[in-house]
Amino acid sequence: MTRSERTVDVLIVGAGPAGLTAASRLAGVGAVEVLEREAQTGGIPRHCHLGGFGLRTGPQYARRLTGEAARAGARLRTSVTVTDWAGPRTLDTTGPHGLERITARAVVLATGARERPRSARLVPGTRPAGVLTTGELQQTVHLHGRRPGTRAVVVGAEPVAHSAVRTLLGAGVEVAAMVTDLPHHQAPPTDAADTRLRRGVPLLTRTTVAELLGRGRLSGVAIRHADGREAVIACDTVVFTGDFVPENELPRRGGLLLDPGTRGPTVDPAFRTTGPGVFAAGNLLHGAEPALSAAREGARAAAAVLRHLDGAPWPAEQIPVRAEDPLLWVAPQRISPGSPHHFLLRTAQFLTRAHLVVRQDGRILHHQRLPRTVVPNRSLTISGNWVDRADPRGGTVIFSTEQRST
Amino acid sequence: MTVTTAGALPEEIYDVVVVGAGVVGSAIARELARHPLRTAVVEASDDVGDATSKANTAILHTGFDAVPGSLESRLVREGQQRLAAYAAESGIPVEPVGALLVAWDDEQLAALPALADKAERNGYRDARIIGADEVYRREPHLGPGALAALDVPGESIICPWTTTLAYATQAVRAGVDLHLNCRVEGFGRAEELHRLHTARGTVRARYLVNAAGLHSDTVDRALGHHDFTVTPRRGQLLVFDKFARELVHHILLPVPTALGKGVLVAPTVYGNVLLGPTAENRDDRTATHTTAEGIALLREKGRRIVPALLDEEVTTVYAGLRAATEHDDFQIHAHPEQRYVTVGGIRSTGLTASMAIAAYVTELLAGAGLDLGEARDLDPVRMPNLGEAFPRPYQRAELIAADPEYGVLVCHCERVSRGEIRDALAGPVPPASLDGLRRRTRARGGRCQGFYCGAAVRELFVRRAELRG
Repeated sequence: MTRSERTVDVLIVGAGPAGLTAASRLAGVGAVEVLEREAQTGGIPRHCHLGGFGLRTGPQYARRLTGEAARAGARLRTSVTVTDWAGPRTLDTTGPHGLERITARAVVLATGARERPRSARLVPGTRPAGVLTTGELQQTVHLHGRRPGTRAVVVGAEPVAHSAVRTLLGAGVEVAAMVTDLPHHQAPPTDAADTRLRRGVPLLTRTTVAELLGRGRLSGVAIRHADGREAVIACDTVVFTGDFVPENELPRRGGLLLDPGTRGPTVDPAFRTTGPGVFAAGNLLHGAEPALSAAREGARAAAAVLRHLDGAPWPAEQIPVRAEDPLLWVAPQRISPGSPHHFLLRTAQFLTRAHLVVRQDGRILHHQRLPRTVVPNRSLTISGNWVDRADPRGGTVIFSTEQRST
Repeated sequence: MTVTTAGALPEEIYDVVVVGAGVVGSAIARELARHPLRTAVVEASDDVGDATSKANTAILHTGFDAVPGSLESRLVREGQQRLAAYAAESGIPVEPVGALLVAWDDEQLAALPALADKAERNGYRDARIIGADEVYRREPHLGPGALAALDVPGESIICPWTTTLAYATQAVRAGVDLHLNCRVEGFGRAEELHRLHTARGTVRARYLVNAAGLHSDTVDRALGHHDFTVTPRRGQLLVFDKFARELVHHILLPVPTALGKGVLVAPTVYGNVLLGPTAENRDDRTATHTTAEGIALLREKGRRIVPALLDEEVTTVYAGLRAATEHDDFQIHAHPEQRYVTVGGIRSTGLTASMAIAAYVTELLAGAGLDLGEARDLDPVRMPNLGEAFPRPYQRAELIAADPEYGVLVCHCERVSRGEIRDALAGPVPPASLDGLRRRTRARGGRCQGFYCGAAVRELFVRRAELRG
């Protein structure tokens, strides 16, 4: 088998907001190459025509990041897929020009996240056409200009679900309802009000999809409310939204330690994984954050990569960090006292008037009042100005919540 | 090459018409294609292997646990050898992983010697009982409590989709007419000819083979026979992500009890892990939907067999219907006076037995007066490789150098190239749907279920259809 081999300074996997931003910042220091398996760079914003990108649409934002990275001197390669590892910082690729083996002084994984499909959510029923995720919906409408169906049900009520509703309505698809198993929507109130009041899409809370119906094409979804009431909504399209999971194949294949909460690789505040010289940034680390957050992480990771290329030592021992139920996850998952940073935190259920308590070996390192309502599917940012109090030789730092009377 | 999907059927009188293009019907068509006969296959669905054959446990059986002396035992044993050889020749993915029948309690432990004995009586001599230590050495992720196992090294996993498609492709290339979207609605006879009234007109043939699977008893009754009744037995299955593959090395079978064969855990040739099937008798021959109860039951069983499996993501959930009957054997009967052979009650071993069934049915047709003429060897067929154990196109530098389309991956989870999708769409038996395309390439069959590739794959499919008009 012929596989051409070469070396670069920095190899970035994934040309979404995180990967492209990292590339822009690193391109001045040496040979920086970005590998993108899709035919175009830009990642998810390529097919997000709606807001969330400052004053731009997603495609405009994707083009801007691409231009910046290219102008900075990064080599952007599309339709090139990383298939496996051949060493700690060596990756095998497949592309139209053949097979390659590329070794780098630093590797940045920025492969993003995807939505869990119907099957992973174990929704029973038939297997008809017309069952999508938001990602497939947006590509169908925005990249290929095709109408996905005539009448849809959207499963989920987080920001991405509202975006799916707008894509459907824009494509001329009637939206019969949004369905969430949680007691409230999880979007900014203005978005939720816009969907429900102005666009007239009803929201069914504490409701699950019990079964998909139809042969050949979807004919409806059976829904079940928490009190046992059941109904069938006729539709030919159902979109499963949100419920993001990191695209973690490469970190897993590479034996990097993953966080059971995020299912992405664990990192420290400098975006270092457990593989020396291997960094990870963006939505690969934690389901979906907005594109601008992913880009910010790409920039911060680039700074850490520069320090690494300058010879900064790879940390040996760090303090592990984890979140306790009902918190879903916290990132980063390893810290060293001394470097200021912040944490991202996600909850599995709505929390009202909760307090956050951070402990190490039973000792309280930090506590604070959380916002009045903490919403699932949206992250909280927690300051890390207390990490100096952690004992470098102590046990795991645990994030938990408490209800306190106020 | 003739594959029709719409329009009127040919006027010609066929020597043989086979009803049903499942794995068995397609195998029969392929076998008949070796002879100078005019053969047609009529299939209600828009694709081959679209019912029972597409949704099974994908195992190439040794037949060790058949009823000794039964027709099934003989045909499975013969079929296993024939299909293993055919797979090697035509590129059907097969992995000889072996099976372990794991005993979890004293009753099951006590049943192992009888099973080993039964294997011997079925002509399979490699089965042996191994102790718990060896079981755990070979399957370290097995749940606690396994007492022993019957080791059946000859059991393999196979790709059922490629098998059916290889048979159909070879048959069509050798001159068999395949009429899809061609549901048979009535039977008649005139001037010694079978007249099959279908949704697309009438087909005439001198000999008739009923390989109608779940509907084989209905066809049989229409021809005046009441030998068996099909009770569709639903099997729901979960397919776990490829990351689960390293948890399971063998086909992990339960020890069969009075209640049936039970739930297995097995690797697939695509690199996933299968958990299932349930066994639910249904009245509805189209009840291939999955249920919350079925999924919950499988998860409970799976958690005992390989606990870590349940932490992995589920790639897909599906259900198939087996054509169970009240009999403990295949229902293959010749009716020479009618120039008719029925091939009913073919259960999960039908995939393994398919080539032997085809040879047997051809003999029965000859016995019923059909002049087979001189048999010839068919041009070999080489199928696209869907198996993880063999080099896939994305790994083959020489293939990509010759045609860069094999280096452009469209479906990322399953690593399917644009070249493979193009080839499948242009194949002799082209897919009629995205599901058919998935069964030919794996495109859209991976963990993201279309999040990344769904729209692009659909675009390739739709454009091809638009091109064809």
